[in-house]
Amino acid sequence: MKYVDEYREKRPAQRLAEEIARSVTRPWTIMEVCGGQTHAIVKNGLDQLLPPEITLVHGPGCPVCVTPVELIDKAIAIASRPEAILCSFGDMLRVPGSSRDLFAAKSSGADVRIVYSPLVALQVARDNPGREVVFFAVGFETTAPANALAVYQARNEKLSNFSLLVSHVLVPPAMEAILSSPGNRVQGFLAAGHVCTVMGASEYELIASRHQVPIVITGFEPVDILAGILMCVRQLESRCSRVENQYSRVVRQEGNPRAQEIIREVFRVTDRKWRGIGEIPRSGLGLSDEYAEFDAERRFNLGDTSVEESAECLSGLVLQGLKKPSECPAFGTRCTPEHPLGATMVSSEGACAAYYRYRR
Amino acid sequence: MCLAVPGRVESIRGEDPLTRAAKVSFGGALKEVNLAFVPEAEVGDYVLVHVGCALARIDPEEAERIFQLLEDLEEPATEDHA
Repeated sequence: MKYVDEYREKRPAQRLAEEIARSVTRPWTIMEVCGGQTHAIVKNGLDQLLPPEITLVHGPGCPVCVTPVELIDKAIAIASRPEAILCSFGDMLRVPGSSRDLFAAKSSGADVRIVYSPLVALQVARDNPGREVVFFAVGFETTAPANALAVYQARNEKLSNFSLLVSHVLVPPAMEAILSSPGNRVQGFLAAGHVCTVMGASEYELIASRHQVPIVITGFEPVDILAGILMCVRQLESRCSRVENQYSRVVRQEGNPRAQEIIREVFRVTDRKWRGIGEIPRSGLGLSDEYAEFDAERRFNLGDTSVEESAECLSGLVLQGLKKPSECPAFGTRCTPEHPLGATMVSSEGACAAYYRYRR
Repeated sequence: MCLAVPGRVESIRGEDPLTRAAKVSFGGALKEVNLAFVPEAEVGDYVLVHVGCALARIDPEEAERIFQLLEDLEEPATEDHA
């Protein structure tokens, strides 16, 4: 496929790795923010192509991993109602709630449907006027425009049986939280290219100047990631802290204004709890007051609950780049993709699942 | 989760800016994709698609940039050997 295959070729990847080795003079720790990048790095062994001076740590950019356990429980509670159809991206189904997951709810008769787009969930609502159709709206800024568009269309069509269970998170506040943590060891970032496709670069310029860290907006294929690392290393070596755009075939400085407009129309910024990390102020999106009638938590009158997580699971530290998955005593023994203790072992983009699958 | 895939716009239907949609080919597999956020997309363009919506038109010139950079890297290396 064009714009994929050429970025997976060996020769340019090796050439970039050589150039990184040539550019580096001292140890640097770089975090790739997005779980999709983590997956590509581990799957393609990109970390093993790098000189020993470069340590990659894996960031919190896996929405499946950071969706709070309470939200999973709420999704299961909704799905268990006879009038409800719960539509979700497939990778949410195996994420453990406090007692079971959505897949188990489905096996015991709940109407849980895997969809690849919120617009498909909207069609399910049109096709089932007698049922309440709820879309489990998880994701970062990348996914927010499509979810907002579904709600916007539902309101235009006066479709009263469609709502969202929202667990939207934002990347810049999480990067701020990581950089402000006393144990932080991240010196440079590969920013998530698809989040920036929507939001542009300006939020990252504030972070780069405030914390004096280089931030390179980076794509997802091996050549993209290695080029992003090279750009980041060159900045680190020359004591620069700018925002650079490796992924310029897709990311514009201003992002996608139309996508931002519909996010502002439908959502508002809220505090949000991140699984394994805790609450981060102004780090999520919720439906704005004008769209409150499409909020499944209100529609189904789901109260707030709080669930204690497995004390053995280190996913919070893994998500902040403070531990590697293999440093967890439960990794690969009591915690596997078949029996996960935490969400980083569930999602294919979770760092623990990537390490397990590719045998690190 | 933020996975987005490039595909080629094969045809476009609809006038309404919110529901305008394209048939997009991903290595031969055709999918319907909403174009609300990329109204400039035309047949023959490549667009980046995420959960059923196009998020950007891929810029063919910018796409060459990394390979240009690699060519520039090769030149001084050759001189070193000379």
